[in-house]
Amino acid sequence: MTALTIEQVEVSYRARGRGSVRAVAGVDLQVAAGEVVGLVGESGCGKSSLARVAAGLTAPTAGRILIGDTPVAPVGWRRRPAALTRLQMIFQDPGGSLNPRRTIESQLLDGIPADLTGSARTERLVQLLERVGMSDDARRHYPHQFSGGQRQRLAIARALATEPEIIIADEPVTALDASAQAQVVSLLLSLVRELDVGLLFISHDLALVHEIADRTAVMYLGKIVEQAPTRALMAAPRHPYTRALVEAIPQISAHPNLPNVLRGEVPDPAQVPSGCRFRPRCAHARAICLTEPQLREVPGGLVSCHRVEEIAAENGVTELSVAKRSVTESSVTGEIAMEASE
Amino acid sequence: MSTGEPLLTIDGLSVSLPGPAGPVPVIKQLDLRVDAGEIVGIAGESGSGKSLTALTLLNLLPPGAVVGGSIRFDGQDLLSLDRRGWQGVRGSGISMVFQDSTAALHPMLTIGRQLTEHIRAGLGLGRAAARTRATELLDQMRIPHPDRALRAYPHQFSGGMRQRVAIAIALACRPRLLIADEPTTALDVTVQAGILALLEEQRRESGLAVLFITHDLGVLSALTRRAYIFYAGRVMESGGTADLLTAPAHPYTAALLGARPHGLSAQRTLRAIPGAPVLPDQLLPGCPFEPRCTFAEDSCRSGPPPQVPTTSGRTLACVVAPDLTGEPVVNR
Repeated sequence: MTALTIEQVEVSYRARGRGSVRAVAGVDLQVAAGEVVGLVGESGCGKSSLARVAAGLTAPTAGRILIGDTPVAPVGWRRRPAALTRLQMIFQDPGGSLNPRRTIESQLLDGIPADLTGSARTERLVQLLERVGMSDDARRHYPHQFSGGQRQRLAIARALATEPEIIIADEPVTALDASAQAQVVSLLLSLVRELDVGLLFISHDLALVHEIADRTAVMYLGKIVEQAPTRALMAAPRHPYTRALVEAIPQISAHPNLPNVLRGEVPDPAQVPSGCRFRPRCAHARAICLTEPQLREVPGGLVSCHRVEEIAAENGVTELSVAKRSVTESSVTGEIAMEASE
Repeated sequence: MSTGEPLLTIDGLSVSLPGPAGPVPVIKQLDLRVDAGEIVGIAGESGSGKSLTALTLLNLLPPGAVVGGSIRFDGQDLLSLDRRGWQGVRGSGISMVFQDSTAALHPMLTIGRQLTEHIRAGLGLGRAAARTRATELLDQMRIPHPDRALRAYPHQFSGGMRQRVAIAIALACRPRLLIADEPTTALDVTVQAGILALLEEQRRESGLAVLFITHDLGVLSALTRRAYIFYAGRVMESGGTADLLTAPAHPYTAALLGARPHGLSAQRTLRAIPGAPVLPDQLLPGCPFEPRCTFAEDSCRSGPPPQVPTTSGRTLACVVAPDLTGEPVVNR
């Protein structure tokens, strides 16, 4: 069952002096129940704009969002229909999403459905805390009395209180330490599997998305450029941008190399390059790239690149192996010719 | 500087910060060395004393901090310097880049003003010469159109560009040692790759030494040749980075590696380290990692484990590790 459907969504902002900025330029994405979908991309690519629209925090300029079969209406001044609490969001900063002046208990009780009454509410509260690995006496404390990782777990408990069908997590562990990251990520993963919740996991950290997501979509300048099962996407990225992202992850190795440098910067979304939007930074760009590629089906995924097949043939190998990664092109930004030492 | 002496030698450093119940020891018996033109890493969880070590090296500790031990930099004893002496070290001897480049730059002054002010004060150059040097620096940092960039304000740049400007300011007075405290943590991987390449280039071309603080072991592996693994204000293990990360001897190093997403390797569950880091005011008689360590024995609780050199050139502070991993200890 599809828990969340994003259909042809566009988001535009009007910026003074820059005209209209299309932060999201037509995105289709589905998240099934019990599935984790990763959404990755550099800052400014529109991931968070998409998350906010999907959660109904802002209205899309075009397209629509469905939770199950129900369209999401943007949050207004009036109270949100109970049905729409089926979607919950987890933000990057749990310090900002929990009220500093209320106890954990009072905040969690807010989310527990009103048809539970009396001691059943408290029971549910204790259950929720247990579910996220917090002890029972956490309920009497205030958010500042917890560490960042614990606060994020409490934010997850609060999201779970309404028994949602879909959770959107926008960079939920970016602010945490590696060990706390591991805790929160494994918690999210086990919850998704046990409760059959859909999870849209937004992050700029590919390595992390690799640990958690079943399927991953890569976003660049407001568009999805590649979508595939995570493992395949990471092992054999097809789109040159995905490849650049994967190669930029520093690896632990006995013969370390500096990660590859992608030339240039993400362009201003108000001045999207003509044709393929990755063209100015792409080492494989040719004349055909002056026309805009569409997201099309290739074996095992979706890619928007005219030259996927040619690039794969040029590289000779489609599998990207870390140990044998050989970097010979000197990159424009780094100009460090790195020789593969293996 | 006499040949053979390391650029920076920290010997038995201890730092205590004032707490409600008396001074709280936050760095204990720290030994660390950085050679000229070398990139050395410090890794560990938050609260392990990484950043505090950096602040100690610039005498930027909060008032009331008590520092013991010795820090020698470029032939000088840093801990005996007065205010004037520190001014001679900061910027032109040791300089620093922080994680948050937005906070490091003044939002209402142009990049040019912030950069030239620093150059004029540190190198004693005139206005025009300082401007030339500023342009040159921005160019080295691969900032497009340096002339235009000098007239821009920080908010007009992306996070990666701002961090490059912050590095330009840090390098303005040609320091011998750059302390980089998680400079790429807030950045995208692609931007991070650019910054790492930049630091390596500075090391190779100008002989810059870098003390790189990070919690990302991938970055540690890619950039540094030697590293120190910190926990609760102590060095748990130190040695060649590739060595430490491919064959960790200390249970804490191994635990850190287990908690890390592996990027391209096989998908598996992350192993979080059980429990939480000890707080500085929780005084444990033994090894600080003992409560979270799966290999802990009775002997771990009796006293802090001594730092012992091993035959592979590491230093290891663990009583059980030598037997566990077969890492032979010198003069045990």
